[in-house]
Amino acid sequence: MTFSFEIPLLVLLLATVAGAIYVKDLMSAILLLGCYSFFLSLVWAWLGAVDVAFVEAVVGAGLATVLFLLTLFGTAPKDGRLRRPPPPMAALIGLPLLGALLLYAAKDFPEFGDPHSPPNSHVSPLYLEQSYQETYTPNVVTSVLMDYRSLDTMVETVVIFTAGIACALLLRRKHS
Amino acid sequence: MIRSHDSIIVQSLGRFLIPVIQIFGLYVLFFGQYGPGGGFVGGVILGTSMILAILIFGHDTSRSLLAKKLLHGDGVGMLIYAGVGGLCFIGGGEFLNYANLEIPSLDSPSRRFVGILLTQIGVAVDVAVTAVSIVLSLSAQEIIEDSSNG
Repeated sequence: MTFSFEIPLLVLLLATVAGAIYVKDLMSAILLLGCYSFFLSLVWAWLGAVDVAFVEAVVGAGLATVLFLLTLFGTAPKDGRLRRPPPPMAALIGLPLLGALLLYAAKDFPEFGDPHSPPNSHVSPLYLEQSYQETYTPNVVTSVLMDYRSLDTMVETVVIFTAGIACALLLRRKHS
Repeated sequence: MIRSHDSIIVQSLGRFLIPVIQIFGLYVLFFGQYGPGGGFVGGVILGTSMILAILIFGHDTSRSLLAKKLLHGDGVGMLIYAGVGGLCFIGGGEFLNYANLEIPSLDSPSRRFVGILLTQIGVAVDVAVTAVSIVLSLSAQEIIEDSSNG
């Protein structure tokens, strides 16, 4: 079985995210979140989604950490320590229930790598068989993203553009 | 205005690392059709190299006014993307149907290849410019001076 990678990665994910929540120092929390993104990218790579792993490593562990750090330097008080109130009772009871519900629902997912599951049997075989003949692009992910689903990608580009415009409008001040 | 970093170690490492990162970003961008990567990741890597340059060598507001003006043109990448889509209209096809790109002496799959490459460049330009612009917005003059003066 594949226990050799699964269990340590899961433990590392849980440890880093719990550390990011419980640590008092904001800087440590940001760096732990970067570690979390990196381990998550390892999980993607292990699942075979190399493109997603690449994006997660570059954006989650690289760019987002830099942006968080710049925001922290710009806003936080000097000691950067947090005093957290204890969590409310409703969250302590409700969130585990929600988690149990989600785990119960996850039982109905198709088996990983099942060739008859809906995402593997609808249009995926068509892409895998014909994308090279139709686009001369060996990477199926790129040909799906940029050709078959090109309109979606264009609107995602619009989203990034909107984010940049919004940040410029909100954060940039007039020089006096 | 961001002051340049004082340490000579950081500056020398930056001089060495930034070109390497940029070449790697271009490689990821243009190799995205053969392996993992593509416009988004390549653009983020290119933008990260520029952010590194800003953070290490500082940026002088008066001298980089042109750069800031360029950053105001945030939508250049989107324009490239939508422009490639619009060029397909001229060939008599649907929006973003690259088979109708009017490039002579290319068959339909090659036209799709060129279309994918051009739109990837558009995504990369958009992402890189947006990343640098967000960093410039975050590190506006007053914020950095406040945090460095205490």
